[in-house]
Amino acid sequence: MAVVFEKTKGLTDAVTHYCPGCTHGIIHRLVGEVMEELGIVGETIGVAPVGCSVLAYKYFNCDMHQASHGRAPAVATGIRRVNPDKVVFTYQGDGDLASIGAAEIVHAAARGEKFTTIFVNNAIYGMTGGQMAPTTLIGQKATTSPYGREKSVQGMPMKVSEMLATLDGSVYLERVSVHDAMHVRKAKTAIKKAFQAQIDGKGFTMIEVLSTCPTNWGMTAIDSLTWLKDNMIPYYPLGLIKDTTKEEN
Amino acid sequence: MAKVLMKGNEAIGAAAIKAGCKYFFGYPITPQNEIPEYMSKELPKVNGSFVQAESEVAAINMVYGAAGSGARVMTSSSSPGMALKQEGITYIAGAELPCVIVNVMRGGPGLGSIQPAQQDYFQSVKGGGNGDYYMPVYAPASIQETVDLIQEGFDVADQYRTPVMVIADGMIGQMMEPIEFKERTGRELTEKTWATTGTKGERKPNIINSLFLQSEELEEHCIRLDEKYETMKKNECRWEEYNMENAEIVAVAYGTTSRIVKNAIEELKKEGINMGIIRPITVWPFPYHVLEALPETVKHVLTVEMSMGQMVEDVRLGVNGKKPVHFYGRTGGMIPDPAGVIAKVKEILGGDR
Repeated sequence: MAVVFEKTKGLTDAVTHYCPGCTHGIIHRLVGEVMEELGIVGETIGVAPVGCSVLAYKYFNCDMHQASHGRAPAVATGIRRVNPDKVVFTYQGDGDLASIGAAEIVHAAARGEKFTTIFVNNAIYGMTGGQMAPTTLIGQKATTSPYGREKSVQGMPMKVSEMLATLDGSVYLERVSVHDAMHVRKAKTAIKKAFQAQIDGKGFTMIEVLSTCPTNWGMTAIDSLTWLKDNMIPYYPLGLIKDTTKEEN
Repeated sequence: MAKVLMKGNEAIGAAAIKAGCKYFFGYPITPQNEIPEYMSKELPKVNGSFVQAESEVAAINMVYGAAGSGARVMTSSSSPGMALKQEGITYIAGAELPCVIVNVMRGGPGLGSIQPAQQDYFQSVKGGGNGDYYMPVYAPASIQETVDLIQEGFDVADQYRTPVMVIADGMIGQMMEPIEFKERTGRELTEKTWATTGTKGERKPNIINSLFLQSEELEEHCIRLDEKYETMKKNECRWEEYNMENAEIVAVAYGTTSRIVKNAIEELKKEGINMGIIRPITVWPFPYHVLEALPETVKHVLTVEMSMGQMVEDVRLGVNGKKPVHFYGRTGGMIPDPAGVIAKVKEILGGDR
């Protein structure tokens, strides 16, 4: 019988702990497939964050380093400096990257550290039970914004990719989504391009992936995909944000 | 090797490079700035890497990453900066990674002062970060000893897979002394097969981690760490005893303070007062057993520190009520002088004579 689909060698056989309908699983698979297709599973060191994907070190089939909350870009800096010929990535959520780790991601990008960040933005703190994130949308309810986020109280949601685009050290930034098959394919293309740019020694690369949290959004899996499309994409527009990889180093 | 005259902070950097340290991550803070400055100049020459981090928190987490990849790596800071590093230190201890951390201590609390102090004893030896952990903490009294202990510290860190701390007061960092980089054999160390350097498809992934969600697993991990701490207590405790024969009073002091006490000892001799000194070289593991077994002739114990009294708590634990334990300290950047120590000794012995 012909094999038509196989799990990527970029992931381990561990069963993930993610909630039903959560899109972390898809994003993990895309990163795993990209590592496999580029032939770098054995050459890659990943950094897991604190948050829903804290256990990512069990799921990626490469060397892994679990970091403290928000510090994955600093940990990745240390790893990359010791391993200049290896591939390094961080996998971080929006609480980890945009809130507690804001300084670390900004300065890693500013230094042009040669690693790739997979920034999973689902506009909420998932692991701790649905608190407001820097990326929570205006009007969106969270357990610490029970009346919905208000500009006058909590400020506007942060557009991290646009912010990092102002730094010369970032060479490739793209925002993608995984709410339907077409966008999943686009997301994979972007992730692969980011890893390739890193391999080519270009500089800091980050792919922001819009993701869902059915559990803490209080929706079915299908409704949350629709909610992402209708509410997140208008504020966090998809597509290329910055690409200077073709320019001379 | 010939002696060279070096400033303490630069000697710390030179010793680290001699020990094979190729990576340094730091953040400016007085009075340790010459360490990152020296490393930024010298590490590129040995194919190493220096990063001026965005904060002490980031610096220690860069150390965490580099140590996980198996490199010899160091960071340094001073008191308020060390407070910020505690997050990373507990992760490094939990994940069992080797590195060397230098604290050139200044006055506190808060922003305190930039003058020499020994006010970070608690922070250094009682677990500044969260959880059950310890690490070897060396307290050198001269630049020569600092240089020797930094090199030894890298070996100890690798042998036990532990962070190692060196606490030098600002005086050691800022003064100049002749030093010699002695030929050393070093310890026999095993290959770092646990390091994250890529599997090359030849082994299972290595994972650097301090998370154990199952209580049984975390307890098991903590028990294993504790066994390691017990081994270090047994094998790595270091101290110096000086003028202990027929001493009626024994001082306990570390770092620069111990040198001031030694001056007081010589002065007191002239007056017929015999004072000895026990100088902890490791403040963790602390030489409790030496204090527990003080000779009968010793009637009093005097702890001298550049603090309001921190190590004195460990001295009391060691002496365990067998003899009175006194304290003399100056703090906030004020340095105790021999006259002050002598006056305290006379006050203590006055009751006996």
